[in-house]
Amino acid sequence: MALFDKFSRLAAARRDLAGYGVNPFGVEVERVLSATEGEIAGRRTILAGTNNYLGLSFDPECIAAARAALLAEGTGTTGSRMANGTFTGHLALERELAEFYGRRAAIVFSTGYLANLGILSSLVAPGDVLLVDADCHASIYDGGRMSGAEVIRFRHNHPEDLRKRLLRLGERAADAVIVVEGLYSMLGDRAPLAALAEVKRECGGYLVVDEAHSLGVVGEHGRGVAEEAGVEADVDFVIGTFSKSLGATGGFCVSDRPELDVIRYASRPYIFTASPSPSVVASTRAALGILRRRPELRRRLWDNAGRLYHGLEALGFRLGPEPSPVVAVLLETKAQALAFWAGLIERGVYVNLMLPPATPNGRSLVRCSVSAAHEPSQIDTLCAAFAELRGIAATPGYRACGADPAVAPAKASRGSG
Amino acid sequence: MRDYDEILTEVYQGLKAFGQDGVQLNEDTELVGDLGLDSVQVMEMLLEVEDRFSISIPINILADVVTIRDLALQIQRLTGD
Repeated sequence: MALFDKFSRLAAARRDLAGYGVNPFGVEVERVLSATEGEIAGRRTILAGTNNYLGLSFDPECIAAARAALLAEGTGTTGSRMANGTFTGHLALERELAEFYGRRAAIVFSTGYLANLGILSSLVAPGDVLLVDADCHASIYDGGRMSGAEVIRFRHNHPEDLRKRLLRLGERAADAVIVVEGLYSMLGDRAPLAALAEVKRECGGYLVVDEAHSLGVVGEHGRGVAEEAGVEADVDFVIGTFSKSLGATGGFCVSDRPELDVIRYASRPYIFTASPSPSVVASTRAALGILRRRPELRRRLWDNAGRLYHGLEALGFRLGPEPSPVVAVLLETKAQALAFWAGLIERGVYVNLMLPPATPNGRSLVRCSVSAAHEPSQIDTLCAAFAELRGIAATPGYRACGADPAVAPAKASRGSG
Repeated sequence: MRDYDEILTEVYQGLKAFGQDGVQLNEDTELVGDLGLDSVQVMEMLLEVEDRFSISIPINILADVVTIRDLALQIQRLTGD
């Protein structure tokens, strides 16, 4: 096979998309007007595919903090912390994250992707076992691959399947590392963390939870699904990102394990990449403060999420299993999803088009993400745009109903098999 | 360790759900090349095979599994542990 032959399938898929007259994976946002509005193809557009859950990317306090840091410390650190030194802001952010989670320590990474890569690639090694939920993000699988450990996939949100696999490991289960997400980004469903933690207590192993989409979104204090489920003590490592609810870029890991300090020096994605810029660190610290001080943002987010979920449900769309700030509309075919997505763009609504293999079970979907910064009237505009496009979904194969029975909500008692 | 032919028979059974009409399964049948399974289907097929044999197949070994024979040999190895 010639060098570039491997791209032929991808090129064919792109040509296929071009046939629809749209390029959903190359949208240019010509102007950004606010956390919820921009301009696409010269049209004022509601942004509902940004994961900007608390709308903090335009918060005046965050912008002021970023601007002050930019003026004081410059545009970038121009290198890694190991080589160029750690800035005071990096350490302050790590302290504040550890304190927020009530943990011993934190490590900050340059992106969320690198946080998963950095922790997983160093935590496990050849000979170790990583047990990963089937629907986990690519960064988790990539971290596993980079580690050289055995990576075993278990059925999505299925504690019994995890138990079965831990039992099969025998003595090795004690040192196995289980990785799940808090809130899954494709369908907006939560992990059954109480049941998963119980399996861990019973069979052994360590538990890593990626709360990328649940930080600031779920839990009384916004610490995520583990807080909500009351099982934070069972979680050995929490991983998260700054690029969703905190409105910036970056990632982190917090833990009570004293080894976390050493992991820092073993983690290639930490060592060999430039550290976060001062302005990013400053806005993230401001955003974390706001997340803690203003729980009303979380309430507004969930009000908006409920408004969209129930609005679309009433229109007869098939949705993810439970209301959440990620609202996925499931469609039968790729062509339907594409037509739907393009129709929304024409109506001034930007959401995400999600196609296999990035989606669970090969589904095609359009995914909305809701923000606390959305006005209820914007949510209503979204619903109205979806309503106009109902015809696209109304094919014989499309079952008009709310939650898709095939993606039933995670339940501890789902049983085996 | 389980008998290879026995494993092969069960693999054929397990692959029925993913089979393409008109493709006759044999040891040299390629999962992707001949059966046309995409990455998502390969993962689904693995879950099915894992249940059938009560094993966990590390996804690391997938790079070395091209044909049904490769898969059967890996299963034989894993059931022998």
